[in-house]
Amino acid sequence: MIWNETKECMSRDEMRNLQGSRLRSLVDRVYHNVPFYRGKMQQLGLEPGDIRTIDDLSLLPFTTKQDLRDNYPFGLFALPKSEVVRVHASTGTTGKPTVVAYSRKDIEIFSEVVARSLAAAGVGRDDIVQVAFGYGLFTGGLGIHYGAEKLGAAVVPISGGNTAKQIQLLQDFGSTVLACTPSYAAHLAESLEEAGVDPTTLPLRIGIFGAEPWTEGMKQSIEQSLAIKAFDIYGLSEIIGPGVSIHCGMGQGLHVMEDHFVPEIIDPDTLAPLPEGETGELVFTTVTKEAMPLLRYRTRDLSSLDSQACACGRTTVRMAKIYGRSDDMLIIRGVNVFPSQVESILMSIPEAKPHYQLIVDRQGTMDTLEVQVEIDDRFFTDEVAELEKVKKRIKHQIESVLGISILLKPVEHKTIQRSEGKAKRVIDNRRL
Amino acid sequence: MMIQQLSVFVQNESGRLVNVTELLQQANINISALSIAETEEYGILRMIVSDTDKAAEVLRNDDYKVKITNVICLVTPDVPGELSKKLKTLAAEGINVAYMYGYSSDGKARLILKTNDPERAAKILE
Repeated sequence: MIWNETKECMSRDEMRNLQGSRLRSLVDRVYHNVPFYRGKMQQLGLEPGDIRTIDDLSLLPFTTKQDLRDNYPFGLFALPKSEVVRVHASTGTTGKPTVVAYSRKDIEIFSEVVARSLAAAGVGRDDIVQVAFGYGLFTGGLGIHYGAEKLGAAVVPISGGNTAKQIQLLQDFGSTVLACTPSYAAHLAESLEEAGVDPTTLPLRIGIFGAEPWTEGMKQSIEQSLAIKAFDIYGLSEIIGPGVSIHCGMGQGLHVMEDHFVPEIIDPDTLAPLPEGETGELVFTTVTKEAMPLLRYRTRDLSSLDSQACACGRTTVRMAKIYGRSDDMLIIRGVNVFPSQVESILMSIPEAKPHYQLIVDRQGTMDTLEVQVEIDDRFFTDEVAELEKVKKRIKHQIESVLGISILLKPVEHKTIQRSEGKAKRVIDNRRL
Repeated sequence: MMIQQLSVFVQNESGRLVNVTELLQQANINISALSIAETEEYGILRMIVSDTDKAAEVLRNDDYKVKITNVICLVTPDVPGELSKKLKTLAAEGINVAYMYGYSSDGKARLILKTNDPERAAKILE
């Protein structure tokens, strides 16, 4: 279902005009209310009047995560604190957390884009949405919660973790929609199997998964093991949270809510905008946000854009599924390695399970990559020669894709930590 | 004689065997033969136990990956040439031995053999 046809199905020209007028208003607001942006624009010799159409977007300065840290906690607010009704923050694995703020209208936008996303996945008023994203400073839980309520579905705000309870409510409440990270969905599927619950007997039919990169193979594996259709929801707290874009289940890529978040693809090295179809760093400008709008925020996510019409009827531009954040990229012996590459190989091997971990270390001057894979019933035999055969096959497949030699280590079942939120796929022990 | 053997995947780390044997002890299961095939990273623990199904269940409940396979238990007089004679018989029938372990005492040798065709091997050795 299309939640907001006016906005999701307008012509490309109408969309560009709408984005242009919203951008003019945004630039005016940040220039006058955010000293950080006024300073940046003045450095570039820009005045608000220089921005007339959406084509002028590339004249504007970028914003980075570091800018958010430098202005921690409230330095980038464009409204007085009295107008702010909520703040969220990223966990900040490196350095200070990054804080984001919402006005009452921002919360409405947030609910609107999540409602659109859920509708695109086929969620309706009759559905029961079990929100297993974490509630708290993380935007996942509350974001899906408000959107599902706006849509008119029944929300079960269970939050992340407590797997036994999740299973109980899936059975007792008959939740039809599950929203969580893909790694937690995989963990739930495994726990259902262990509990002897046949997923086909559950009313569960739709999965809304996001907040970490995951591959097509992982998606198919979850769809099969939970007997559902899975949808990729994309977002980041700096832009709003989940609901920046959603997969509609038809064509390739995720529809961007571009009347609110205008996407660009840039070359991460030269910072020059790239033509449609080329892969580069995804950048968003939040043209409607009030409390903490951002100009050209560099997401570090790698994607490409496609504005061709989609079979679902939406005319909004689609972004290619995110396979890697440039921050996730490991450089091992000079070779670029994305954890998602390893995942997509493992998911294509019947003996492997979706639980894996990469351990990077340095012996002398040599980087080592150890891929830990949990042993599966289909993998384990009592003969070393047979086990080694499977091991070598997996090792060779990974090496041929990555282009570096690896150490493949089969580990005991359940020894890789199960995540209730974002999975920790990489342990880098190198001291550089 | 064909019997059942229980194999368990264990990481090659200290304490892993303690855990397995303790679980079996708690379930009052006796181990009558045991061998470990080890690699740098992991080992395969192979055992003949007093109750194979129960042992498998106990270990599975503790997240171990286990497998039950048919093996041959061979009892021969403890004199030179006995083993070679038996192995020749098997080889003549085209049966391959993947691995074996055993011991001898009181004038008898007891051997566990994993072959590619345990049923036929058992008949040949009868």
